Amino acid sequence: MGETLKLFGWKVSPYSHRAEVALRLKGLKYEFIHEDLANKSDMLIRYNPILKKIPVLLHGDTPIVESQVIVEYIDEVFDGHPILPKDPYERAEARFWARFIDEKVRPQVWMSCWTDGETQKSFIAQAKESLAILQGRLEGKKFFGGDSIGLIDIMACSLALWFGVMQEVVGLNLLNEDDYPELCRWGEEYRNAEAVKECLPERELIVGFFAPRKDRIFAKKAPVYD
Amino acid sequence: MAETVKLLGTKGSPYSHRAEVALRLKEVNFEFLHEDLAHKSDMLLRYNPIHKKIPVLVHEEKSIVESLIVVEYVHEAFNGYAILPSDPYERAMARFWARYIDEKVIPAFWMSCWTDGEMQKGFIGQAKEALTILESQLKGKKFFGGDSIGFVDLAAGMVAFWFGILQEVAGISLLNEEDYPVLCRWADDYCSVEAVKESLLDRKLLVAHFASKKEKIFATKAPVYD
Repeated sequence: MGETLKLFGWKVSPYSHRAEVALRLKGLKYEFIHEDLANKSDMLIRYNPILKKIPVLLHGDTPIVESQVIVEYIDEVFDGHPILPKDPYERAEARFWARFIDEKVRPQVWMSCWTDGETQKSFIAQAKESLAILQGRLEGKKFFGGDSIGLIDIMACSLALWFGVMQEVVGLNLLNEDDYPELCRWGEEYRNAEAVKECLPERELIVGFFAPRKDRIFAKKAPVYD
Repeated sequence: MAETVKLLGTKGSPYSHRAEVALRLKEVNFEFLHEDLAHKSDMLLRYNPIHKKIPVLVHEEKSIVESLIVVEYVHEAFNGYAILPSDPYERAMARFWARYIDEKVIPAFWMSCWTDGEMQKGFIGQAKEALTILESQLKGKKFFGGDSIGFVDLAAGMVAFWFGILQEVAGISLLNEEDYPVLCRWADDYCSVEAVKESLLDRKLLVAHFASKKEKIFATKAPVYD
Protein backbone atom coordinates (compact mmCIF):
# COMPACT_ATOMS: atom_id res chain seq x y z
CA MET A 1 0.00 0.00 0.00
CA GLY A 2 0.99 3.62 -0.14
CA GLU A 3 0.47 4.30 -3.80
CA THR A 4 0.35 7.99 -4.60
CA LEU A 5 -2.90 9.82 -5.22
CA LYS A 6 -3.21 12.64 -7.72
CA LEU A 7 -6.38 14.51 -8.54
CA PHE A 8 -6.65 16.34 -11.85
CA GLY A 9 -9.25 18.96 -11.15
CA TRP A 10 -10.44 22.51 -11.33
CA LYS A 11 -11.53 24.45 -8.27
CA VAL A 12 -14.46 26.09 -10.05
CA SER A 13 -15.99 22.70 -10.85
CA PRO A 14 -18.37 21.10 -8.32
CA TYR A 15 -17.54 17.73 -9.91
CA SER A 16 -13.90 18.22 -9.04
CA HIS A 17 -14.94 19.24 -5.52
CA ARG A 18 -16.86 16.00 -5.05
CA ALA A 19 -13.73 13.96 -5.63
CA GLU A 20 -11.60 16.24 -3.46
CA VAL A 21 -13.97 16.24 -0.50
CA ALA A 22 -14.10 12.43 -0.59
CA LEU A 23 -10.30 12.29 -0.37
CA ARG A 24 -10.30 14.74 2.57
CA LEU A 25 -13.07 12.90 4.41
CA LYS A 26 -10.83 9.83 4.37
CA GLY A 27 -7.86 11.90 5.56
CA LEU A 28 -5.85 11.02 2.45
CA LYS A 29 -2.77 12.78 1.14
CA TYR A 30 -3.01 13.70 -2.53
CA GLU A 31 -1.54 16.07 -5.07
CA PHE A 32 -4.02 18.43 -6.71
CA ILE A 33 -3.12 19.11 -10.31
CA HIS A 34 -4.94 22.14 -11.60
CA GLU A 35 -6.31 21.75 -15.12
CA ASP A 36 -6.94 24.67 -17.44
CA LEU A 37 -10.01 23.44 -19.29
CA ALA A 38 -9.33 25.80 -22.19
CA ASN A 39 -5.95 24.09 -22.66
CA LYS A 40 -6.23 20.53 -21.45
CA SER A 41 -2.97 18.92 -20.46
CA ASP A 42 -1.49 15.91 -22.26
CA MET A 43 -1.73 14.04 -18.98
CA LEU A 44 -5.48 14.64 -18.69
CA ILE A 45 -6.05 13.45 -22.24
CA ARG A 46 -3.87 10.40 -21.63
CA TYR A 47 -5.71 9.42 -18.45
CA ASN A 48 -9.21 10.24 -19.69
CA PRO A 49 -9.01 9.76 -23.45
CA ILE A 50 -12.67 9.02 -23.96
CA LEU A 51 -14.30 11.93 -22.15
CA LYS A 52 -11.31 14.28 -21.70
CA LYS A 53 -12.87 15.72 -18.56
CA ILE A 54 -12.01 16.42 -14.96
CA PRO A 55 -11.97 15.16 -12.30
CA VAL A 56 -9.55 12.30 -12.88
CA LEU A 57 -8.22 10.44 -9.87
CA LEU A 58 -4.86 8.79 -10.42
CA HIS A 59 -4.19 6.04 -7.87
CA GLY A 60 -0.63 4.95 -8.58
CA ASP A 61 -0.80 4.61 -12.36
CA THR A 62 -4.50 3.81 -12.45
CA PRO A 63 -6.96 6.49 -13.58
CA ILE A 64 -10.55 6.58 -12.37
CA VAL A 65 -12.99 9.04 -13.94
CA GLU A 66 -16.55 10.38 -13.41
CA SER A 67 -17.10 12.10 -10.08
CA GLN A 68 -19.55 9.63 -8.54
CA VAL A 69 -17.49 6.65 -9.72
CA ILE A 70 -14.43 8.26 -8.10
CA VAL A 71 -16.27 8.90 -4.81
CA GLU A 72 -17.51 5.30 -4.65
CA TYR A 73 -14.02 4.01 -5.49
CA ILE A 74 -12.45 6.09 -2.71
CA ASP A 75 -15.07 4.79 -0.27
CA GLU A 76 -14.44 1.18 -1.24
CA VAL A 77 -10.64 1.27 -1.24
CA PHE A 78 -9.89 3.42 1.79
CA ASP A 79 -10.89 3.00 5.42
CA GLY A 80 -12.11 5.80 7.64
CA HIS A 81 -15.16 8.01 7.24
CA PRO A 82 -17.87 5.93 5.58
CA ILE A 83 -19.28 7.77 2.56
CA LEU A 84 -21.90 5.19 1.55
CA PRO A 85 -23.89 3.17 4.09
CA LYS A 86 -23.12 -0.54 4.58
CA ASP A 87 -26.68 -1.80 4.16
CA PRO A 88 -27.56 -2.64 0.52
CA TYR A 89 -30.97 -0.97 0.69
CA GLU A 90 -29.55 2.22 2.17
CA ARG A 91 -26.81 2.19 -0.47
CA ALA A 92 -29.45 1.90 -3.21
CA GLU A 93 -31.36 4.75 -1.60
CA ALA A 94 -28.24 6.97 -1.50
CA ARG A 95 -27.53 6.20 -5.17
CA PHE A 96 -31.14 7.02 -6.03
CA TRP A 97 -30.80 10.53 -4.59
CA ALA A 98 -27.38 10.99 -6.20
CA ARG A 99 -29.01 10.26 -9.54
CA PHE A 100 -31.99 12.51 -8.74
CA ILE A 101 -29.58 15.35 -8.09
CA ASP A 102 -27.61 14.80 -11.31
CA GLU A 103 -30.54 14.05 -13.62
CA LYS A 104 -33.23 16.37 -12.28
CA VAL A 105 -32.07 19.03 -9.80
CA ARG A 106 -28.82 20.11 -11.42
CA PRO A 107 -29.97 20.33 -15.07
CA GLN A 108 -33.22 22.06 -14.08
CA VAL A 109 -31.48 24.66 -11.89
CA TRP A 110 -28.82 25.17 -14.54
CA MET A 111 -31.37 25.77 -17.31
CA SER A 112 -33.38 28.03 -15.00
CA CYS A 113 -30.31 30.28 -14.91
CA TRP A 114 -29.47 30.20 -18.60
CA THR A 115 -32.83 30.56 -20.36
CA ASP A 116 -35.48 33.25 -20.46
CA GLY A 117 -39.15 33.76 -21.24
CA GLU A 118 -41.53 30.82 -21.24
CA THR A 119 -38.69 28.31 -21.42
CA GLN A 120 -37.22 29.70 -18.24
CA LYS A 121 -40.59 29.68 -16.48
CA SER A 122 -40.95 26.00 -17.29
CA PHE A 123 -37.48 25.14 -16.00
CA ILE A 124 -38.04 27.18 -12.85
CA ALA A 125 -41.25 25.29 -12.14
CA GLN A 126 -39.47 21.95 -12.61
CA ALA A 127 -36.53 23.07 -10.47
CA LYS A 128 -38.82 24.25 -7.68
CA GLU A 129 -40.53 20.89 -7.58
CA SER A 130 -37.26 18.95 -7.57
CA LEU A 131 -35.70 21.17 -4.90
CA ALA A 132 -38.75 20.67 -2.69
CA ILE A 133 -38.54 16.90 -3.15
CA LEU A 134 -34.83 16.92 -2.33
CA GLN A 135 -35.40 19.14 0.70
CA GLY A 136 -37.96 16.63 1.94
CA ARG A 137 -35.25 13.98 2.05
CA LEU A 138 -33.35 15.99 4.71
CA GLU A 139 -36.10 15.21 7.24
CA GLY A 140 -34.65 17.70 9.72
CA LYS A 141 -31.27 15.97 9.90
CA LYS A 142 -27.96 17.79 9.90
CA PHE A 143 -26.86 16.17 6.64
CA PHE A 144 -28.51 13.91 4.05
CA GLY A 145 -26.16 11.27 5.43
CA GLY A 146 -27.47 11.80 8.97
CA ASP A 147 -24.98 13.14 11.52
CA SER A 148 -22.13 13.11 9.05
CA ILE A 149 -21.57 13.80 5.37
CA GLY A 150 -22.44 10.99 2.99
CA LEU A 151 -22.77 10.39 -0.72
CA ILE A 152 -25.91 12.48 -1.15
CA ASP A 153 -24.33 15.50 0.58
CA ILE A 154 -21.28 15.25 -1.66
CA MET A 155 -23.38 14.93 -4.81
CA ALA A 156 -25.54 17.90 -3.70
CA CYS A 157 -22.53 20.18 -3.11
CA SER A 158 -23.52 22.59 -5.90
CA LEU A 159 -26.53 23.58 -3.84
CA ALA A 160 -24.27 24.61 -0.97
CA LEU A 161 -22.24 27.13 -2.94
CA TRP A 162 -22.19 27.05 -6.73
CA PHE A 163 -25.91 27.53 -7.40
CA GLY A 164 -26.10 30.49 -5.04
CA VAL A 165 -23.28 32.21 -6.89
CA MET A 166 -24.62 31.38 -10.34
CA GLN A 167 -28.14 32.59 -9.61
CA GLU A 168 -26.75 35.84 -8.26
CA VAL A 169 -24.73 36.37 -11.44
CA VAL A 170 -27.81 35.88 -13.62
CA GLY A 171 -30.21 37.71 -11.31
CA LEU A 172 -32.37 34.76 -10.28
CA ASN A 173 -33.70 34.09 -6.79
CA LEU A 174 -34.59 30.42 -6.87
CA LEU A 175 -32.72 28.80 -3.98
CA ASN A 176 -33.43 31.12 -1.06
CA GLU A 177 -34.05 30.81 2.67
CA ASP A 178 -37.72 31.73 2.49
CA ASP A 179 -38.59 28.98 0.04
CA TYR A 180 -36.00 26.39 1.06
CA PRO A 181 -35.06 27.00 4.70
CA GLU A 182 -33.94 23.41 5.30
CA LEU A 183 -31.79 23.22 2.18
CA CYS A 184 -30.16 26.55 3.00
CA ARG A 185 -29.53 25.41 6.57
CA TRP A 186 -27.98 22.21 5.18
CA GLY A 187 -25.84 24.32 2.82
CA GLU A 188 -24.34 26.19 5.72
CA GLU A 189 -23.64 22.99 7.66
CA TYR A 190 -21.99 21.53 4.57
CA ARG A 191 -19.79 24.58 3.93
CA ASN A 192 -18.65 24.60 7.56
CA ALA A 193 -17.74 20.93 7.74
CA GLU A 194 -14.01 20.46 8.28
CA ALA A 195 -13.19 18.37 5.21
CA VAL A 196 -15.29 20.66 3.02
CA LYS A 197 -13.89 23.94 4.31
CA GLU A 198 -10.38 22.81 3.39
CA CYS A 199 -11.23 22.42 -0.30
CA LEU A 200 -14.15 24.75 -1.00
CA PRO A 201 -13.32 27.41 -3.58
CA GLU A 202 -13.73 31.08 -2.73
CA ARG A 203 -17.00 32.61 -3.90
CA GLU A 204 -15.05 35.16 -5.88
CA LEU A 205 -13.37 32.44 -7.93
CA ILE A 206 -16.74 31.14 -9.08
CA VAL A 207 -18.09 34.65 -9.74
CA GLY A 208 -14.88 35.34 -11.67
CA PHE A 209 -15.67 32.40 -13.91
CA PHE A 210 -19.37 33.06 -14.58
CA ALA A 211 -19.64 36.84 -14.70
CA PRO A 212 -17.37 37.55 -17.68
CA ARG A 213 -18.78 34.61 -19.65
CA LYS A 214 -22.45 35.28 -18.95
CA ASP A 215 -23.53 36.04 -22.52
CA ARG A 216 -21.61 33.16 -24.06
CA ILE A 217 -22.91 30.65 -21.53
CA PHE A 218 -26.45 31.97 -22.13
CA ALA A 219 -26.00 31.38 -25.85
CA LYS A 220 -24.53 27.90 -25.46
CA LYS A 221 -26.48 26.77 -22.36
CA ALA A 222 -23.23 25.10 -21.33
CA PRO A 223 -20.01 26.19 -19.61
CA VAL A 224 -17.48 28.05 -21.76
CA TYR A 225 -13.90 27.77 -20.63
CA ASP A 226 -11.87 30.21 -22.69
CA MET B 1 -46.21 -18.13 0.70
CA ALA B 2 -46.26 -14.76 -1.00
CA GLU B 3 -43.02 -13.91 -2.73
CA THR B 4 -40.98 -11.37 -0.85
CA VAL B 5 -39.40 -10.21 -4.09
CA LYS B 6 -41.51 -8.55 -6.72
CA LEU B 7 -40.40 -6.91 -9.92
CA LEU B 8 -42.70 -4.36 -11.50
CA GLY B 9 -41.71 -4.15 -15.13
CA THR B 10 -42.50 -4.80 -18.75
CA LYS B 11 -41.02 -7.31 -21.13
CA GLY B 12 -40.65 -4.64 -23.77
CA SER B 13 -38.36 -2.40 -21.72
CA PRO B 14 -34.57 -2.81 -21.83
CA TYR B 15 -34.41 -1.18 -18.40
CA SER B 16 -36.82 -3.71 -16.90
CA HIS B 17 -34.71 -6.39 -18.67
CA ARG B 18 -31.60 -5.36 -16.72
CA ALA B 19 -33.36 -5.89 -13.41
CA GLU B 20 -34.94 -9.15 -14.48
CA VAL B 21 -31.69 -10.69 -15.73
CA ALA B 22 -29.94 -9.69 -12.48
CA LEU B 23 -32.59 -11.54 -10.45
CA ARG B 24 -32.37 -14.59 -12.73
CA LEU B 25 -28.56 -14.68 -12.49
CA LYS B 26 -28.88 -14.77 -8.70
CA GLU B 27 -31.64 -17.40 -8.96
CA VAL B 28 -33.91 -15.29 -6.80
CA ASN B 29 -37.55 -16.37 -6.60
CA PHE B 30 -39.50 -13.37 -7.70
CA GLU B 31 -42.91 -12.43 -8.93
CA PHE B 32 -42.98 -10.46 -12.17
CA LEU B 33 -45.79 -7.92 -12.13
CA HIS B 34 -46.41 -6.69 -15.62
CA GLU B 35 -47.14 -2.97 -15.80
CA ASP B 36 -49.29 -1.36 -18.45
CA LEU B 37 -47.43 1.91 -18.87
CA ALA B 38 -50.47 3.55 -20.39
CA HIS B 39 -52.37 2.81 -17.19
CA LYS B 40 -49.89 2.73 -14.33
CA SER B 41 -50.94 0.65 -11.33
CA ASP B 42 -51.49 2.05 -7.85
CA MET B 43 -48.68 -0.21 -6.74
CA LEU B 44 -46.23 1.39 -9.15
CA LEU B 45 -47.27 4.87 -8.09
CA ARG B 46 -46.93 3.91 -4.44
CA TYR B 47 -43.49 2.31 -4.80
CA ASN B 48 -42.02 4.90 -7.19
CA PRO B 49 -43.91 8.11 -6.45
CA ILE B 50 -41.19 10.45 -7.71
CA HIS B 51 -40.50 9.00 -11.15
CA LYS B 52 -43.49 6.68 -11.63
CA LYS B 53 -41.37 4.42 -13.87
CA ILE B 54 -40.39 0.79 -14.17
CA PRO B 55 -38.48 -1.23 -13.20
CA VAL B 56 -39.28 -1.22 -9.50
CA LEU B 57 -37.90 -3.95 -7.30
CA VAL B 58 -39.87 -4.58 -4.13
CA HIS B 59 -37.92 -6.58 -1.54
CA GLU B 60 -39.56 -7.13 1.85
CA GLU B 61 -41.81 -4.13 1.27
CA LYS B 62 -38.92 -1.78 0.43
CA SER B 63 -38.70 -0.43 -3.10
CA ILE B 64 -35.58 0.07 -5.17
CA VAL B 65 -35.81 1.98 -8.46
CA GLU B 66 -33.61 2.96 -11.43
CA SER B 67 -32.42 -0.07 -13.39
CA LEU B 68 -28.68 0.10 -12.69
CA ILE B 69 -29.30 0.87 -9.03
CA VAL B 70 -31.59 -2.19 -8.91
CA VAL B 71 -28.85 -4.33 -10.47
CA GLU B 72 -26.24 -3.14 -7.93
CA TYR B 73 -28.74 -3.80 -5.13
CA VAL B 74 -29.42 -7.32 -6.37
CA HIS B 75 -25.66 -7.90 -6.57
CA GLU B 76 -25.17 -6.74 -2.98
CA ALA B 77 -28.30 -8.10 -1.31
CA PHE B 78 -28.30 -11.66 -2.65
CA ASN B 79 -25.62 -14.33 -2.57
CA GLY B 80 -24.48 -16.33 -5.53
CA TYR B 81 -23.51 -15.04 -8.94
CA ALA B 82 -21.15 -12.05 -8.92
CA ILE B 83 -22.65 -9.43 -11.21
CA LEU B 84 -20.04 -6.80 -10.36
CA PRO B 85 -16.31 -7.58 -10.05
CA SER B 86 -14.77 -7.97 -6.60
CA ASP B 87 -11.82 -5.67 -7.33
CA PRO B 88 -12.65 -1.99 -6.58
CA TYR B 89 -10.90 -0.69 -9.70
CA GLU B 90 -12.68 -3.23 -11.93
CA ARG B 91 -15.93 -2.21 -10.25
CA ALA B 92 -15.21 1.45 -10.96
CA MET B 93 -14.56 0.54 -14.60
CA ALA B 94 -17.82 -1.40 -14.80
CA ARG B 95 -19.72 1.57 -13.39
CA PHE B 96 -17.97 3.90 -15.85
CA TRP B 97 -18.92 1.78 -18.87
CA ALA B 98 -22.53 1.35 -17.71
CA ARG B 99 -22.73 5.13 -17.45
CA TYR B 100 -21.13 5.51 -20.88
CA ILE B 101 -23.77 3.22 -22.36
CA ASP B 102 -26.59 5.19 -20.72
CA GLU B 103 -25.23 8.66 -21.46
CA LYS B 104 -23.54 8.25 -24.85
CA VAL B 105 -24.41 5.02 -26.64
CA ILE B 106 -28.15 4.75 -26.05
CA PRO B 107 -29.19 8.41 -26.57
CA ALA B 108 -27.17 8.74 -29.80
CA PHE B 109 -28.54 5.48 -31.18
CA TRP B 110 -32.10 6.27 -30.19
CA MET B 111 -31.99 9.72 -31.82
CA SER B 112 -30.36 8.21 -34.93
CA CYS B 113 -33.50 6.14 -35.36
CA TRP B 114 -36.03 8.91 -34.85
CA THR B 115 -34.60 11.92 -36.68
CA ASP B 116 -33.88 12.70 -40.28
CA GLY B 117 -31.80 15.01 -42.46
CA GLU B 118 -28.78 16.76 -41.02
CA MET B 119 -29.86 16.06 -37.45
CA GLN B 120 -29.89 12.34 -38.12
CA LYS B 121 -26.46 12.50 -39.76
CA GLY B 122 -25.14 14.17 -36.62
CA PHE B 123 -26.61 11.55 -34.32
CA ILE B 124 -25.42 8.69 -36.53
CA GLY B 125 -21.90 10.09 -36.35
CA GLN B 126 -22.08 10.21 -32.55
CA ALA B 127 -23.59 6.71 -32.34
CA LYS B 128 -20.93 5.22 -34.59
CA GLU B 129 -18.16 6.71 -32.47
CA ALA B 130 -19.76 5.53 -29.24
CA LEU B 131 -20.32 2.01 -30.59
CA THR B 132 -16.71 1.80 -31.77
CA ILE B 133 -15.47 2.83 -28.34
CA LEU B 134 -17.81 0.34 -26.66
CA GLU B 135 -16.79 -2.48 -28.99
CA SER B 136 -13.11 -1.86 -28.22
CA GLN B 137 -13.85 -2.70 -24.58
CA LEU B 138 -14.59 -6.28 -25.44
CA LYS B 139 -10.87 -6.73 -26.16
CA GLY B 140 -11.06 -10.39 -27.18
CA LYS B 141 -13.28 -11.37 -24.24
CA LYS B 142 -16.50 -13.30 -24.68
CA PHE B 143 -18.41 -10.77 -22.59
CA PHE B 144 -17.67 -7.34 -21.10
CA GLY B 145 -17.66 -9.21 -17.79
CA GLY B 146 -15.11 -11.74 -19.03
CA ASP B 147 -16.14 -15.40 -19.39
CA SER B 148 -19.59 -14.72 -17.99
CA ILE B 149 -21.96 -11.79 -18.20
CA GLY B 150 -21.64 -8.95 -15.72
CA PHE B 151 -22.79 -5.43 -14.97
CA VAL B 152 -21.71 -3.90 -18.26
CA ASP B 153 -23.28 -6.72 -20.31
CA LEU B 154 -26.59 -6.12 -18.53
CA ALA B 155 -26.29 -2.38 -19.09
CA ALA B 156 -25.68 -3.10 -22.78
CA GLY B 157 -28.67 -5.46 -23.09
CA MET B 158 -30.45 -2.82 -25.14
CA VAL B 159 -27.59 -2.88 -27.62
CA ALA B 160 -27.73 -6.67 -27.89
CA PHE B 161 -31.44 -7.04 -28.53
CA TRP B 162 -33.29 -3.78 -28.93
CA PHE B 163 -30.88 -1.93 -31.24
CA GLY B 164 -31.39 -4.41 -34.06
CA ILE B 165 -35.16 -4.12 -33.70
CA LEU B 166 -35.18 -0.30 -33.54
CA GLN B 167 -32.95 0.15 -36.56
CA GLU B 168 -35.04 -2.32 -38.57
CA VAL B 169 -38.19 -0.34 -37.83
CA ALA B 170 -36.43 2.95 -38.50
CA GLY B 171 -34.94 1.67 -41.76
CA ILE B 172 -31.29 2.27 -40.94
CA SER B 173 -28.33 -0.07 -40.61
CA LEU B 174 -26.11 1.25 -37.88
CA LEU B 175 -25.17 -1.77 -35.77
CA ASN B 176 -24.26 -4.35 -38.42
CA GLU B 177 -21.80 -7.22 -38.70
CA GLU B 178 -19.67 -5.52 -41.29
CA ASP B 179 -18.98 -2.44 -39.18
CA TYR B 180 -19.14 -4.03 -35.72
CA PRO B 181 -18.25 -7.74 -36.04
CA VAL B 182 -17.10 -8.10 -32.45
CA LEU B 183 -20.07 -6.28 -30.95
CA CYS B 184 -22.51 -8.32 -33.08
CA ARG B 185 -20.84 -11.56 -32.02
CA TRP B 186 -21.12 -10.40 -28.39
CA ALA B 187 -24.81 -9.62 -28.93
CA ASP B 188 -25.49 -13.17 -30.12
CA ASP B 189 -23.58 -14.63 -27.18
CA TYR B 190 -25.40 -12.35 -24.73
CA CYS B 191 -28.84 -13.27 -26.06
CA SER B 192 -27.94 -16.97 -25.80
CA VAL B 193 -27.28 -16.85 -22.07
CA GLU B 194 -30.03 -18.74 -20.22
CA ALA B 195 -30.93 -15.96 -17.77
CA VAL B 196 -31.16 -13.50 -20.66
CA LYS B 197 -33.17 -15.78 -22.97
CA GLU B 198 -35.76 -16.30 -20.25
CA SER B 199 -36.40 -12.59 -20.00
CA LEU B 200 -36.52 -11.59 -23.65
CA LEU B 201 -39.76 -11.06 -25.48
CA ASP B 202 -40.25 -12.67 -28.87
CA ARG B 203 -38.43 -10.48 -31.40
CA LYS B 204 -41.37 -10.39 -33.83
CA LEU B 205 -43.63 -9.00 -31.10
CA LEU B 206 -41.23 -6.17 -30.32
CA VAL B 207 -40.75 -5.32 -33.99
CA ALA B 208 -44.51 -5.18 -34.40
CA HIS B 209 -44.85 -2.99 -31.31
CA PHE B 210 -42.30 -0.41 -32.46
CA ALA B 211 -43.51 -0.50 -36.06
CA SER B 212 -47.06 0.29 -34.95
CA LYS B 213 -45.84 3.31 -32.97
CA LYS B 214 -43.26 4.53 -35.47
CA GLU B 215 -44.88 7.85 -36.44
CA LYS B 216 -45.70 8.82 -32.87
CA ILE B 217 -42.19 8.03 -31.67
CA PHE B 218 -40.71 9.98 -34.58
CA ALA B 219 -42.85 12.97 -33.62
CA THR B 220 -42.08 12.90 -29.91
CA LYS B 221 -38.60 11.30 -29.96
CA ALA B 222 -39.82 9.38 -26.89
CA PRO B 223 -41.25 5.91 -26.28
CA VAL B 224 -45.00 5.65 -26.72
CA TYR B 225 -47.06 3.31 -24.58
CA ASP B 226 -50.67 3.69 -25.61
